[in-house]
Amino acid sequence: GCLRQQPGKIHFILLFSRQGKLRLQKWYTTLPEKEKKKITREIVQIILARNQKTSSFVDWKDLKLVYKRYASLYFCCAIEDQDNELLTLEVVHRYVELLDRYFGNVCELDIIFNFEKAYFILDEFIMGGEVQETSKKSAVKAIEDSDMLQETVEEYMNKPAF
Amino acid sequence: NEEGCKSKEAEIKRINKELANIRSKFKGDKALDGYSKKKYVCKLLFIFLLGHDIDFGHMEAVNLLSSNRYTEKQIGYLFISVLVNSNSELIRLINNAIKNDLASRNPTFMGLALHCIANVGSREMAEAFAGEIPKILVAGDTMDSVKQSAALCLLRLYRTSPDLVPMGDWTSRVVHLLNDQHLGVVTAATSLITTLAQKNPEEFKTSVSLAVSRLSRIVTSASTDLQDYTYYFVPAPWLSVKLLRLLQCYPPPEDPAVRGRLTECLETILNKAQEPPKSKKVQHSNAKNAVLFEAISLIIHHDSEPNLLVRACNQLGQFLQHRETNLRYLALESMCTLASSEFSHEAVKTHIETVINALKTERDVSVRQRAVDLLYAMCDRSNAQQIVAEMLNYLETADYSIREEIVLKVAILAEKYAVDYTWYVDTILNLIRIAGDYVSEEVWYRVIQIVINRDDVQGYAAKTVFEALQAPACHENLVKVGGYILGEFGNLIAGDPRSSPLIQFNLLHSKFHLCSVPTRALLLSTYIKFVNLFPEIKTTIQDVLRSDSQLKNADVELQQRAVEYLRLSTIASTDILATVLEEMPPFPERESSILAKLKKKKGPGTVTDLEEIKKERSSDMNGSAEPASVNASAVVSLKTVLISVVDEVWKFVCKNNGVLFENQLLQIGLKSEFRQNLGRMFIFYGNKTSTQFLNFTPTVICSDDFLNYILCLNLQTKPVDPTVDGGAQVQQVVNIECVSDFMEAPILNIQFRYGGTFQNLSVKLPITLNKFFQPTEMSSQDFFQRWKQLSNPKQEVQNIFKAKHPMDAEITKAKIIGFGSALLEEVDPNPANFVGAGIIHTKTTQIGCLLRLEPNLQAQMYRLTLRTSKEAVSQRLCELLSEQF
Repeated sequence: GCLRQQPGKIHFILLFSRQGKLRLQKWYTTLPEKEKKKITREIVQIILARNQKTSSFVDWKDLKLVYKRYASLYFCCAIEDQDNELLTLEVVHRYVELLDRYFGNVCELDIIFNFEKAYFILDEFIMGGEVQETSKKSAVKAIEDSDMLQETVEEYMNKPAF
Repeated sequence: NEEGCKSKEAEIKRINKELANIRSKFKGDKALDGYSKKKYVCKLLFIFLLGHDIDFGHMEAVNLLSSNRYTEKQIGYLFISVLVNSNSELIRLINNAIKNDLASRNPTFMGLALHCIANVGSREMAEAFAGEIPKILVAGDTMDSVKQSAALCLLRLYRTSPDLVPMGDWTSRVVHLLNDQHLGVVTAATSLITTLAQKNPEEFKTSVSLAVSRLSRIVTSASTDLQDYTYYFVPAPWLSVKLLRLLQCYPPPEDPAVRGRLTECLETILNKAQEPPKSKKVQHSNAKNAVLFEAISLIIHHDSEPNLLVRACNQLGQFLQHRETNLRYLALESMCTLASSEFSHEAVKTHIETVINALKTERDVSVRQRAVDLLYAMCDRSNAQQIVAEMLNYLETADYSIREEIVLKVAILAEKYAVDYTWYVDTILNLIRIAGDYVSEEVWYRVIQIVINRDDVQGYAAKTVFEALQAPACHENLVKVGGYILGEFGNLIAGDPRSSPLIQFNLLHSKFHLCSVPTRALLLSTYIKFVNLFPEIKTTIQDVLRSDSQLKNADVELQQRAVEYLRLSTIASTDILATVLEEMPPFPERESSILAKLKKKKGPGTVTDLEEIKKERSSDMNGSAEPASVNASAVVSLKTVLISVVDEVWKFVCKNNGVLFENQLLQIGLKSEFRQNLGRMFIFYGNKTSTQFLNFTPTVICSDDFLNYILCLNLQTKPVDPTVDGGAQVQQVVNIECVSDFMEAPILNIQFRYGGTFQNLSVKLPITLNKFFQPTEMSSQDFFQRWKQLSNPKQEVQNIFKAKHPMDAEITKAKIIGFGSALLEEVDPNPANFVGAGIIHTKTTQIGCLLRLEPNLQAQMYRLTLRTSKEAVSQRLCELLSEQF
């Protein structure tokens, strides 16, 4: 028998800054809003407390957190205990590459001000917690195709500031 | 800090202003154009993601769904995905929009709709679309990108509501997507198939050979063949891992050609690990090793190719010393499962020094944790002393978060591999010394059980605890163990003047006032045991028991013990004292409760135990106790059944004969009779199969709470013939004596071997307090006089409950008589009520009981009142009888 309940599935992805500000959250498991906030707080705390020389994996409840820091942002995925940790690190890396390709050397501000694009790109890459399209070309092309309407500078400025 | 507060305040102020602005735009007279609507919905989303609540804008977002402009639709869907709540009105509108987009034949619109379904993933979504998506998935003219989305969307719905995704013609066509030209489609389809195959292995069996050939083509391809699907010189790592994962849902392929091809693939993957890297980038090595680790998982899962298992072990051995922390972590983790294979157990053991070193030098607590797990998994008789010593060492500095688990592991290993029980006793006392706070009840109960069961270690244990108690500050758990052991075996060291009875007593009593109530209660029991063991210090102990701090203790339990023990020591003759306070009888051998605790902590299946895995595997192959296809959940539940107790006692409260338990193998029947405080029970074990049961051992376990010094229930049985032929029945007699009132029914544990598998089950024996009832007839006047006498609130227990069966007066009467009390007619002024009376006979005392049952036909309820002279008896009888109506 196969003892694994949900192979391959990512339960959620969180992006947060070194100051602990949440920049993007994607949940592939249905949870109440309150619960999500609690989990987020807990995980941000756990990961920010770890030092640099440690492994990229943390046991958390019955799941495993796989995380990596890119510049000022932490990318963290929660996966099943039995899942492939190294490949999850590369899921994160591939997502960063996709963001890079779209924004051209992505930075935290890009994700703040174009959060919807960051979500769209993630959706093209991962669906329901499973990798959908691993080819960089196909994933970004889907976004670029749909990106017929660029936002104006004025629109950027209209968004609430931090 | 102040500044943070200020900026937080400013943010809230600004956001409230913005929300008011958006609200006015939405409410304004002027209809907003799509662009503005999109802009404001996007702002709302932004505010929500900052962590603020949003309670409007849903309608505007739904409106965007029907826009023909992609970006507007896209924002609408994003808002719905992130902020959906089960607002029924909106769901209908949303579903309508999704339906339109699915039918639009516009691949980008279809993609958005499928994403929305998957993101929401609710049962309502599954109800609306689970029938439609398989059609889109297998239709010949569906675009590749839509197929990918459809496969994963269906997977999401299947996970939330498997019952709503019917298997059908489409399943075989989905399997053939493994052959698809487009690797993206294959990747998505493999995820779907893996999950479906877990629940329906037969239906997706053909996927095995297709997966093997696909995998074979990938691992043998040159690194550029797969173009965009090559990731840092590794061909299609995601797809490879998914295929290897899919294969882990099945046993090794039966077809020798397929099996050979798979073995080649796995060998190729292992070979590649030895080749020089094609890139220095970490992405290259991560992707390559991700495939390697998954291949090793499959090799371990098959557990059939010794050669591959040993190669896997050697590969992991290299990683144990790798400079990358991640690889060391994963190697430790993966080796843990390898250790439980009989083929590779020895190979894993050769790495013991490296693992111990990791425990000492790794700077990351998660890595050290893996090292502990691996040491536990590789432990056997040959290295147990070394491993236990290292774990104890580590415990001194271990993270608080993992101490309890280490304590459990050490306790289990020390017991399992103890040749010399003095080593075991030392180890457990060390555990208490180093990490007393983390030593749970199960652990110290167990050491007492073992000491009581082995007379060769009792003297040593008494000496050792006595010495350990000398420490000025010792852990309370040590006081408990010490108190218990000296109470039983203190006489074994009393000959030495340094540990004379009085010194033992004074030592224990010096800890008394620092301890919690349960420990003090235990110590009081030790003292009364000392009265029996050491008559020469009886008066000293009586003085202590008589002191105000004991006799007038605010705690009821302590006060009662002090009073009862003092009285017992004063009135009982030496003979009676010796009988009542006799040394504890050996505990029945059974599965360690510590192991059960570790399982509970880690969840079934994660406690790696070689024997258990073997056991499980053999039952897997024979499928004996479970229907033909033993799937994962069945194995898990089988395991939990092993340690849980079947409790059908309520069925026998009002009757004495019947079938107590039945499964595919075994039937257990009962026949019993009771008179006053004595009883006799005939247990019939019927072998329902045509195969012999071997080592058939039924054991009656009296009470889980062995801290009850004075047994309430005295049960005697003779062992039965250990062989039970197919179709045969054997009988066992249990002689029962009720010594004093008791609560818990005893447990019958049965172990036997059937066709190579070990069977273990536990059933509660329906020996309940009411069995010792003698009915008492009395007049109405007598009844009410007695009823009044028992008017102390503690003597009465009442329960109001809903009728579980039709409320038939005749059946109710029969049940009350079956319960054992007399049924008193014409006593209650209300003829619809039932009244009963009887006496519970125990060896030590007789307890008069009155009961009254008032049915309320209209409400279909009963009120049951019990009055007896003892609170616990009223409570228990009320519990037992309430279950019957």
